[in-house]
Amino acid sequence: MRKVAIYGKGGIGKSTTTQNTVAGLVELGRKVMVVGCDPKADSTRLLLGGLAQKSVLDTLREEGEDVELDDIRKKGYGGTWCVESGGPEPGVGCAGRGIITSINMLESLGAYEESEGLDYAFYDVLGDVVCGGFAMPIRDGKAEEIYIVVSGEMMAMYAANNISKGIMKFAQSGSVRLGGLICNSRAVDNEKEMISEFAKKLGTQMIYFVPRENDVQRAEINRKTVIEWKPDAKQADEYRGLAKSIDENTMFVIPKPLEIEELEKLLMDYGLMN
Amino acid sequence: MATATKKKLVQWGPAEVKSALLEKYPPKVARKRAKQIMINEAQQNETPELTANVRTIPGIITMRGCTYAGCKGVIMGPTRDIVNLVHGPIGCSFYAWLTRRNQTDAGPDGENYMNYCFSTDMQEQDIIFGGEKKLAAAIQEAYDLFHPKSIAVFATCPVGLIGDDIHTVAKNMKEKFGDCNVYAFSCEGYKGVSQSAGHHIANNQVFRHLVGQNDEVKPGKYKINLLGEYNIGGDGFEIDRIFQKCGITCISTFSGNSTYDQFASSHTADLNAVMCHRSINYVADMMETKYGIPWIKVNFIGAKATAKSLRKIAEYFGEKALIDTVEKVIAEEMPEVEAALAEITPRTEGKTAMMFVGGSRAHHYKELFDELKMKTISAGYEFGHQDDYEGRQVLPNIQLDADSRNIEELEVEPDETRFKPRKSDKEMKALEKAGYRFKHYDGLAADMDKGTLIIDDLNQYEAEKLVELMKPDIFCAGIKEKYSIQKLGVPMKQLHSYDSGGPYAGFQGAINFYREIDRLVNSKVWGFMKAPWQKNPQLSGSFAWE
Repeated sequence: MRKVAIYGKGGIGKSTTTQNTVAGLVELGRKVMVVGCDPKADSTRLLLGGLAQKSVLDTLREEGEDVELDDIRKKGYGGTWCVESGGPEPGVGCAGRGIITSINMLESLGAYEESEGLDYAFYDVLGDVVCGGFAMPIRDGKAEEIYIVVSGEMMAMYAANNISKGIMKFAQSGSVRLGGLICNSRAVDNEKEMISEFAKKLGTQMIYFVPRENDVQRAEINRKTVIEWKPDAKQADEYRGLAKSIDENTMFVIPKPLEIEELEKLLMDYGLMN
Repeated sequence: MATATKKKLVQWGPAEVKSALLEKYPPKVARKRAKQIMINEAQQNETPELTANVRTIPGIITMRGCTYAGCKGVIMGPTRDIVNLVHGPIGCSFYAWLTRRNQTDAGPDGENYMNYCFSTDMQEQDIIFGGEKKLAAAIQEAYDLFHPKSIAVFATCPVGLIGDDIHTVAKNMKEKFGDCNVYAFSCEGYKGVSQSAGHHIANNQVFRHLVGQNDEVKPGKYKINLLGEYNIGGDGFEIDRIFQKCGITCISTFSGNSTYDQFASSHTADLNAVMCHRSINYVADMMETKYGIPWIKVNFIGAKATAKSLRKIAEYFGEKALIDTVEKVIAEEMPEVEAALAEITPRTEGKTAMMFVGGSRAHHYKELFDELKMKTISAGYEFGHQDDYEGRQVLPNIQLDADSRNIEELEVEPDETRFKPRKSDKEMKALEKAGYRFKHYDGLAADMDKGTLIIDDLNQYEAEKLVELMKPDIFCAGIKEKYSIQKLGVPMKQLHSYDSGGPYAGFQGAINFYREIDRLVNSKVWGFMKAPWQKNPQLSGSFAWE
């Protein structure tokens, strides 16, 4: 089983990209579990056709110790297993601790057992790496390959660089590696070239360039991945391409994060090219 | 064969002891610790400054406690009719339950919550989702069960980490109840350098939420507050007995055997007598600024110190009736003390003691050892500040560091209606001219002999090393040090909780202490303390290459 975590700046499209990619992997015949690590619990909406999932932490709170695996995972598009870790309302408690608890819970209930026949476990993690709890999926080998969703916007690249720092720290003591950058285009000038160069400087690759396309938004309104909503759309093929690239990926590295000056220079060089 | 009890042939000098204590440390640690170990020069101003109230170096097994322990355990622990509710995991709540041998007399109203343990028993769920709702429910439950006058909420470490707003919860519950004062303490264990920060956090809230709540004038003459007395082992009862005999009215004790109403009425007293300088001198300062009550340093540990403190209180009020009664009481109490000393001192004279306790206690107990003609060869505090060692005159020179700034300092102004100078400027001046000293404290160093060692924040390693090198006849500290010292064959007396003894304050207390120390330093049991294998090794062997 490959254990994959998707990180990136808040709002960059991690959940959308993850679910669409998972749909592509399903078409390739892969068995996938998606674990949403975001207190908003909206990481599996497109696979489940709506926000219907009771989160691990809600279940734990209501049922106490007596929790079964089937209480906390639900079958979604193409037989994917969907789990939402859940968490507190904004401004209270400790969401990071919640993620640790819920991943431990999944493990102890046997969600990762060989008998489950999983090819992939995907972790979709909230925003930047803000504290120990959110780094949980890249610690202790919970996730072994990381993909960072990024665009040509400055703050998205800052975030990607910061996440690389986190990966580097944990890579030195564990098995986690960076698998590549997924560019989720915002139609910024020279975006593809800039992210390719950024990836190169980090010591990794831009594994796929996902163009900006309104069909993604339309599919979301219909609570579906693009592949499910409109299998013959051009964008559906893009996600199939991304899924294939990930499935065939063999380049796993310890990233070399950039100094801030270096990152700014990159932005200047490509942003001011015209 | 060398044994642990065999005396060294060479007498160690203080400088040699100091370098031996530092010898095994890495250079950086040794440099830092060297500033916290002072060879006393007694009364001489050339005394080098002692570093105190700084963070313990990681890796050192300190004798210190945490901020929560200082707030909940020390300051608020001895109050009897305030429900002390600990917001946190159940482990910390052990300290919510009578762990410090604070005694209490529930009085005619019988209201006493000291024998209960109140806790929100935080679970992982509460950490993740926040504990505010559970806290509100716990406050409600305590209120419904007991209808106390007041509920105090204490934050433990995780509460600070997840950011539960305990002050707003307390405020809302206070408004909801109407007849119960609810307030909270942000005394997370990790705050501050030692328990001293917890004392400050506790006292700030007591001053803010309790003091000045009840203006009713209490009956009695010569009204004082006793600040920094915690009624360990019944000390407060002995002091109360003496006050009553003298006709002195103690409006409030902060906080031994105290009640909500004592704190609330404390601003009606006419003098603040401060025992533990460290834990409470700032409250005395604030009460002087806000209400006009002058303060003096007293000490009721030691019979002579007790007599001196009583005379100091009587001199302040300046009335012949009180002065005469105090003299009469001293004359009545002292013969028994002197008889005990006459019997005991021949057995204790010349013996040596070490004390590492408190932020004022080591200084206070030196009085009792002096009365026993025992020499205090090394002493120090766990959580004292520089002024507790070197006197209040160093206060203007103490550099505030980030850790101290992290603890709130209340801005206090004279109360519009309640501020009332207790004596006119002229009267105060006259007293001072006659040698009377307000707000004065010389600290421990002034009372220690030349060449003795004063050590701040002693730790396990240094304690054992000191005992090994200097072989005191008795070592005084707390429970954490108790058994490691006894295993070295030296009697150990706890001066936090008094083991199972006490009271040691006042005249009767002094006699109790003399007898206890006599029993400890003259016990033959330590001489018998030899492990069986030290006498008869059952196995013997040699290395093959020998």
